[in-house]
This record gives sequence, structure tokens and C-alpha cells, in this order.
Amino acid sequence: MASLAATEQHTATAPKVIQPAWVRLMHWINAVAIILMILSGLQIYNASPLFRSLTFSSSITLGGWLAGGLLWHFAAMWLLMINGLAYLITGFATGRFKKKLLPISPRGVISDAVAALTFKLSHDDLSKYNQVQRLLYAGIIVVGIVIVLSGLSIWKPVQFQYLTALFGGYDIARYVHFFCMSTIVAFLTIHILLAVLVPKSLRAMIIGR
Amino acid sequence: MGRLRKLLIPGVDKKLLVKDATRAMPDLVRRRFITGGASLGALTLLTGCDVVSSDSAEEMLKRVSKFNDAVQALIFNPYALAPTFPESAITKPFPFNGYYEVDDAPDIDGKDWKLEVSGLVENKKPWTLDELYKLPQQKQITRHICVEGWSAIGSWTGTPLSYFLKAIGADTSAKYCWFQCADRDGYNSPLDMESALHPQTIMAFKFADEILPRAYGYPMKIRVPTKLGFKNPKYVLSMEVTNDYKGGYWEDQGYNSFSGN
Repeated sequence: MASLAATEQHTATAPKVIQPAWVRLMHWINAVAIILMILSGLQIYNASPLFRSLTFSSSITLGGWLAGGLLWHFAAMWLLMINGLAYLITGFATGRFKKKLLPISPRGVISDAVAALTFKLSHDDLSKYNQVQRLLYAGIIVVGIVIVLSGLSIWKPVQFQYLTALFGGYDIARYVHFFCMSTIVAFLTIHILLAVLVPKSLRAMIIGR
Repeated sequence: MGRLRKLLIPGVDKKLLVKDATRAMPDLVRRRFITGGASLGALTLLTGCDVVSSDSAEEMLKRVSKFNDAVQALIFNPYALAPTFPESAITKPFPFNGYYEVDDAPDIDGKDWKLEVSGLVENKKPWTLDELYKLPQQKQITRHICVEGWSAIGSWTGTPLSYFLKAIGADTSAKYCWFQCADRDGYNSPLDMESALHPQTIMAFKFADEILPRAYGYPMKIRVPTKLGFKNPKYVLSMEVTNDYKGGYWEDQGYNSFSGN
């Protein structure tokens, strides 16, 4: 309690930093990496679609053809992996994940979701995530980990065969990888929409306050 | 690779595109083809610089791909065996796969065919099919994984390439076994020596216990279950043991050279 009081006192005197510099930096690196990964991934998907009737227009694919898509995918993966690892380590080490994302309760998520949908949710204190945000942000971290692991198991089904087996084999790992991507796209849609609806949250992710 | 050609970009004349992408296109255009694409406008906005329309993006991607070759060679465990499967898991029918229709597959007369051996080997005598059939063989049921993403389980029988390399007195400290094949437009491909010596890398003479049919690479296919399908040469004519990186049919077009599983 003492430390909490101290924090509050501190924030009263100095302008409050909502998003620290490392979060902002890693957020935007991740944004570039994930967009490159998605667009090049759709190009790779088109070479052998998992769903017969679902292919992606060349206007949203990156690489021009399969070889180009693969080159982009296996270049951007380094950006995604290194930045993602740094983010996870810093997030746990600084206690940010625990502080910002916990606790999450089903009741809290429901009541905050209802409040949001009836435009009664407060956005006065952007440093404190509501329960829906906590659920989405924690959830997308988990999805991020799963998409990297399923990607590794498709890339190296012999060298990392135990990982591939964990996903139920090579073919199933491809579906897992694809559905994780779909989840990330759904998340991004909501994420960007909300950032536009609450522009000061976008400002905080750019200049910190 | 046939399907690769068919599914490049929906809504584009596939046959034409294939020709463009592989043969007819001059280098510069092919390069644009790799890095181009309408979605890249968004990237330019994001990064504030025109990374993708320039040749520097192409160069950067190639350099990363080379770096990825080295990383994969590092990850490669020569003792890690590809998972094997029961007979019941074999994919039926096993897909024909090439950058041409099955009717255009090489039609080789096994009586005239000889495997030419060259480079850093002691004995460069060519091998007839009958001579090769007398070498010890082993069978594997493994998963063939295409660079496009699909996979199929097949059964191949043949002589471990490591056995053959020893038999011809090959310098196994050399970097590559380079295969030249009879496919149209001169398919060839380099195989790094570590993968060539892998216990599951075989000179396959049989598919599903029958003499390798024309569709699957008669008279000889190099089956490398630790590599993507396009690194498994079919219709092999010759093998050169070499320290030089000689490139390959798909590798030269931008596919990652190591492409290990």
C-alpha cells in the first residue's frame, strides 16, 4: 500500500508517462513486423490454400510470388522474434505485465464490456487498463507466442519435431498458424478502431503521454 | 512445383505468369516481381522510406536469406531423424509434382541411362542402373513437404547416399553434392554435404515397393526427408562433388537454398 501511495503522489507532481519509451518503441517495431508477416504470410498461403475457396488478392499480399513472400516472411520473422522476446522479458522483468494486465475476472470483463458498449466506460485514466483491454492484451500475447511456435514447427518439422508433434503434426500446425493469424487480424481491427475512437490513447503510444 | 505455378496470384493468367516468373523475365523485372506489389504503398507510408520499390530491398532480402542458410545449417542436427510413418499413413494417390505437366516429365530409357559422377571423387566411372540396383537398399516412409506448404506421405526405397559417396571415394569434406537432372529447362540443385550424409538421404529407386515410376523421377530420385520437396531431385543424370556453390533451378529464382525441414 505504501508504494502505491508513493506512486500516486509522484504522478500528482510530475506529468504522467502512460506508455514508457520501451513500450512505445517495441510496439511500433512489432506493428511493422506483424504487418510484414501477415502480408507475406498471405502470399505464402496462396501457394497452397488451406481452404479451397479462400485466397487473397494480390493487392494485399507481399512478395509478388511465393519465393518473394517467403523471403519477406523469413526476414521479418527476425524482427518479430527478437522484438517479441525483448518485449516479453522486459514485460515480466519490470512487472509491467502483472501490474497492467492482472487481475482479470470474468465478471469484470463482462461489466466493462457492457459499459463500453453503452459508452459508459471511463477513459479518464489511460494508465489503467479496463478488464476488456486486459483480456485482449494478455490474450494477444498468448496468441503471439502460439503463432511463433506453430510457425517454427512448420518451418522445422524435423529439427523441432517434438514441437510439431505438440501441435498435432505438420498439417494441423499449419491450421493453428493460420487461425492465430486470423485472430491477430481480428484483434488489430478492434485495436485500431478503438485507438481511433479514443485518440488520446494513440497519442500516448506515440509521445508517451 | 506444378501447383506453385497454378496458385501464384489468383485472377492472373497462370500460364503466362509462370513463363514470366521463371524464364522470359529479364533479371531486373524479376527482381521487381519479388519486391513489388500493391500492398507496399502502405509499407512506404509506415516506414517513411521507399524500401520496397528499390533494389536495396531485394539485396537486403537476399542477404537475410543467406544468413538464414547459415542459421539453418547451425540448427541442422545430423542425428535427428525425420519422423517415419506406418504404411497406412501413405498418401494415396501420391501427387505428381513438377513445374510441367506429367506428360512433359522426362521419359528415360533405363537401359541407356548412366549416372555420371564427377568432381572431388576418386572413381569417376559412370554407373548403370543394374550396378546401382546391386547396392544395399533401405526403405523409408516419410513426409514430403513442399515449399508451397502442402505435404504428402510416401514410401521410398534406395541406397543411402552416404554409402554411395564412400563407394566412389568422394571427398566428404567438400561442401556440396550438385545434381543435374533431365527435367526440361535443366533442373539442378545443390545439396549441402551434411544433408547428403544424413542417414535418411537415399538414392531412391523405388516408390511404394515398385520401380520408381516416371511420374516420381525414374530412374533415380534423391530422397532427402530433411529438405523441402524442391531439394529432392528427380530424373537425376549426374552428381558432382564440389566446394563451389553452383546454384540451382529454384534457388537461383529466389528460393532459400538451404530449405531444410
